[in-house]
Amino acid sequence: MTVPQAIVIGCSAGGLTALESLFAHLDPGLPQSIAVCCHTGSATVDLLCELLAKHAALPVEEARERSPMQGGVIHVAPSGYHLLVETNRRFALSVDQRVSFARPSIDVLFESAAEAWRDALIGVVLTGANSDGANGLLRVRQCGGIAIVQEPLDAESPAMPAAALERAGADYCLPLADIAPLLNRLCLP
Amino acid sequence: MNELADNAKTPDTSLDDIEIELFIRALKLRYGYDFTQYAPASLKRRVLQLAHAQEAATVSELTTRLLHQPDFLPVALEGLSVPVSEMFRDPDVFLALREQVLPVLASYPQINIWQAGCAHGQEVYSLAILLEEAGLYDRTQIYATDFNESALRHAQEGIYPAREAQLWSRNYLAAGGKHTLADYYSARYELIKLDQRLRRNVIFANHNLVTDEVFCEAHLVLCRNVLIYFSDPLQDRTLALFRDSLVRGGFLCLGTRESLDFAPSASDFTPVDAARRIYRLGPRGTGKE
Ligand SMILES: C[S@@+](CC[C@H](N)C(=O)[O-])C[C@H]1O[C@@H](n2cnc3c(N)ncnc32)[C@H](O)[C@@H]1O
Repeated sequence: MTVPQAIVIGCSAGGLTALESLFAHLDPGLPQSIAVCCHTGSATVDLLCELLAKHAALPVEEARERSPMQGGVIHVAPSGYHLLVETNRRFALSVDQRVSFARPSIDVLFESAAEAWRDALIGVVLTGANSDGANGLLRVRQCGGIAIVQEPLDAESPAMPAAALERAGADYCLPLADIAPLLNRLCLP
Repeated sequence: MNELADNAKTPDTSLDDIEIELFIRALKLRYGYDFTQYAPASLKRRVLQLAHAQEAATVSELTTRLLHQPDFLPVALEGLSVPVSEMFRDPDVFLALREQVLPVLASYPQINIWQAGCAHGQEVYSLAILLEEAGLYDRTQIYATDFNESALRHAQEGIYPAREAQLWSRNYLAAGGKHTLADYYSARYELIKLDQRLRRNVIFANHNLVTDEVFCEAHLVLCRNVLIYFSDPLQDRTLALFRDSLVRGGFLCLGTRESLDFAPSASDFTPVDAARRIYRLGPRGTGKE
């Protein structure tokens, strides 16, 4: 089995709390590159990065155009731009039309990351009140990656994980508290 | 044997990628529009979206139309171009232009501004308003260019959905606006129309950053959220084009999330306000201050 090399995470309503608790329990030694798309609606993600950094065991920074996805770093999609991963595993931004009312869109991040990392990718869909991420997660699975979805009943907003499950299914569907331990297990063989 | 069969099932290049490459090649060979050096991930998305919007079962179907139906070219270009913009997008950038750049431009008897990738023109009208409020507009020439002909026509008309006006008005005030944005447009039904006097010193022109050359001597080049679509070498070529258009000490303003870290030509520019991506032509310390 391929050892995962990257993790992409998508969330919307309720996402901040979910990410804080997820990141608090990730192993600080994870070598994987991590990218997060969280719909915030604010003009910058500076504050989001700051809040997450307080809880996370790994460094958190805004994903920068053209810079490589770095191992052991949590990269956060900037607001107002779609975040994409090129096949050379560097980030690209775009201001293309919103996808399901969102920019950044989880689908855009997941679909491009799936092409870049193929079966070495884990996609995680957490709480949210829309259906962004469902198509992206499907692409992750089609490319051989692993799909993890937060158990809808456990989510502050169940719509997004429910839509992901319906469209893409999942390899694991778990309450939030169990997701960090699972990632640690999958990623630190 | 088995290995071969496996390879045949999961080749490195997917069918989509092959078809997209052929489509992009056809566009270049048949019409000279060169997208070969665009950043691949978002270009791929747009080609697939175009296929979807055109109800084409495969990208190859698009290629056939492109080669045999000349009417299809503008449709294809419209699909690949991303004329998405806002008035006073990133208001603090326009505030910085107002406070840090216009006072310097004021020292020139005639001011030339090149706005590259003007999309539907929202930034052109934003600039015109800034210049008007600074009392500089009457001696300014703005060249607003894009390679998308229908976007240029739209820019010239200056008609936008009224629902945008609220956000734009807030942006305008955050950018240090002196009146209210409504002073510059008339509203009708669901639309607003920008005051056409604002374009009295604007020349809208078709210019392709990939293939066309320098055409003016500029004091300010504004090119935001266009270079993000280009690969490293094309980004570098474009920056060299801007360098060759700018007068010594001229300004360059890019999108707030655009990175110059991978462009050798960036060393020709000195940051004036790095966070707002405003630069000046000339190495550190030698620009006229
Ligand atoms: C996302 S819009 C940017 C609009 C505006 N500058 C802003 O930041 O809000 C990008 C524009 O660049 C134009 N563009 C893309 N490639 C180009 C090229 N090779 N030459 C000229 N314009 C190009 C597109 O047609 C589109 O209108």
